[in-house]
Amino acid sequence: MPPREGVYGLLAEFNTPSELVHATEMAHRAGYRRMECYTPYPVEQAAEALRFHKTRVPLLCLLGGLCGLTTGALLEIWVNVWGYPLNIRAMPLFSWPAFVVPAYEMTILFAGLSAAFGMIALNGLPQLYHPLFNAPNFASGATTDKFFLCLESNDPRFEPVATRVFLEQFAPVSVVEVDH
Amino acid sequence: MATKGPVPEIVDPMTDPRTGEYAVIAPGHTFKSVTQKIAGIVLTSNTPVAWMGGLFLAATVAMGVVIAVTWLVLKGVGIWGITIPGAWGFAIINFVWWIGIGHAGTLISAILLLFKQTWRNSINRFAEAMTIFAVVCAGMFPLLHIGRPWLGYWLLPYPNSMNVWPQFRSPLAWDVFAVSTYATISVVFWYIGMVPDLGTLRDRAKLPLAKYIYGILSLGWRGSTRHWIRYESASLLLAGLSTPLVLSVHTTISFDFAVAAMAGWHTTIFPPYFVAGAVYSGFAMVLTLAIPIRKFYHLEDLVTLRHLDNMAKVMLATGSIVAYGYGMEVFMSWYSASHWEFFMMWNRMFGPMGWAYWILILTNIAIPLTTLWSRKLRVNVGYLFFLSFVVNIGMWFERFVIVVTSLYRDYLPSSWGTYRATKWDYMLFIGTWGLFTTLFLLFARFAPMIPMSEIRMMLPQTKVRPGGAKADVVVEEAL
Repeated sequence: MPPREGVYGLLAEFNTPSELVHATEMAHRAGYRRMECYTPYPVEQAAEALRFHKTRVPLLCLLGGLCGLTTGALLEIWVNVWGYPLNIRAMPLFSWPAFVVPAYEMTILFAGLSAAFGMIALNGLPQLYHPLFNAPNFASGATTDKFFLCLESNDPRFEPVATRVFLEQFAPVSVVEVDH
Repeated sequence: MATKGPVPEIVDPMTDPRTGEYAVIAPGHTFKSVTQKIAGIVLTSNTPVAWMGGLFLAATVAMGVVIAVTWLVLKGVGIWGITIPGAWGFAIINFVWWIGIGHAGTLISAILLLFKQTWRNSINRFAEAMTIFAVVCAGMFPLLHIGRPWLGYWLLPYPNSMNVWPQFRSPLAWDVFAVSTYATISVVFWYIGMVPDLGTLRDRAKLPLAKYIYGILSLGWRGSTRHWIRYESASLLLAGLSTPLVLSVHTTISFDFAVAAMAGWHTTIFPPYFVAGAVYSGFAMVLTLAIPIRKFYHLEDLVTLRHLDNMAKVMLATGSIVAYGYGMEVFMSWYSASHWEFFMMWNRMFGPMGWAYWILILTNIAIPLTTLWSRKLRVNVGYLFFLSFVVNIGMWFERFVIVVTSLYRDYLPSSWGTYRATKWDYMLFIGTWGLFTTLFLLFARFAPMIPMSEIRMMLPQTKVRPGGAKADVVVEEAL
């Protein structure tokens, strides 16, 4: 894929989460859809303003857990009943209460790894390059104490000048054009 | 100076005047100030001399592990004090002790998160690190105790040319699954929790190498809201999974004892009493670490007396459960009307190793559970530091008493023996303290010790006011 060129979007910087949430809400009402907020800690109201509610992380976690449970249980049953049957204290070969603990641990292991790596994958990470890192004020603020709203250029409503005027009415600290 | 009228009461700025409770975070902090404070510890170019000295000392002690393990591999487990009848000895005592210490970290990071105890945010990261390093020390012991540690992978179920498989009806096989799952999930939870903070370090680092390493470790985190929502969801799920996990790990370890038909081991009270004991010793270790760290790095604003007070309260609660467990063991040995149980308890208290039992009662019950009721002592930093050592000694003796007294005088008097640890036992055990401290010092220097993003969430500035900019300007003018 050839490297993308041109403008990635317009990045507005705010000092408080309230201003960010307000601007995001207004941008959504104005019809912008391809946009994202960047904050130094999770701001739930910003997600609401973006209308981003559902994540698929819990589903992945559930699937991982079920997969772990099945793997653990089948492994134990196969090993102790067919693979390597041993007579221990005359217990039945299929002594399921004894199989609970390892199957349970396998459930947690698979579910936990699915939740963690599923989250990373859904977030598209690791992504060591991102156009926003080109913005001079982004790196010094986004992970410390500043709140950013980026309206992306692939939004049908995006107009370099009109969008900038739209953002400036919320009195941001700055509006920066970010290149790919 | 003589003044007339009522003397105004001096109000400690760290306390809430309405409740008298200590604040979780000192007033006056901003997003920037907490970030600078925590990131500054890592990103400073002046490594404190005391840190260097501490690392040198700890690494020297950790050499004990290297020497003791080398000799063990050359000679075999015969260099340890384990014999028949006392075949478990230090290896299992230290394993249970270390893994128990780790449990407080998971309790803080997972269970207190589910209970929305936000005060936990400042101590959560280093408590999790403590968990991982404690599990590293713990995991070593059973692996060495199997005699031929280079064949340790035989514990895992895998298709092999010998056509032999693990026996899943034994709690020892359950342990392999419980401890390895615990170690894996703890590392993942710890790392995932650190990713946003590593992003902060990447952005604040001046050295190109530091920027590069933190950049890779942070996976390119940029604080996107959609990322945060998924991240929060994953954290909550991991907390929900870790909660039953941490309870199951020590339960499984207690099964190693409880499933065996030994007097003093074969009891149903073991799982809850082991878990409570684990949390008890773990919180003591968190105090052992938190008190010097907050002093050394001047983190009193973030790890306040409120944290110490709360941790002391958790210790009081879990210590009481442990005390109940001891009482119930004594009661059951009488009530069971079993000759062997009765003898075991008599031997535990008044036999040749009875001294260990009374040390245990003194350090685990008599000293902590009488003094922790006092709020004055719970916020007395020096006393808590002393007490944290007392409790950890007590919890080590608890495992010593459980392992040794049941084994060395069992059912058949002709097979009675004794247990005496050798210098190699001591060297390995003391070496693990050095290993633990070394790892912890490295962590404190190179990773953010306190989760910055979670501390930011606790500040009053996070409140989102409807209407956006307007309301904020008014508030700022009012201030």
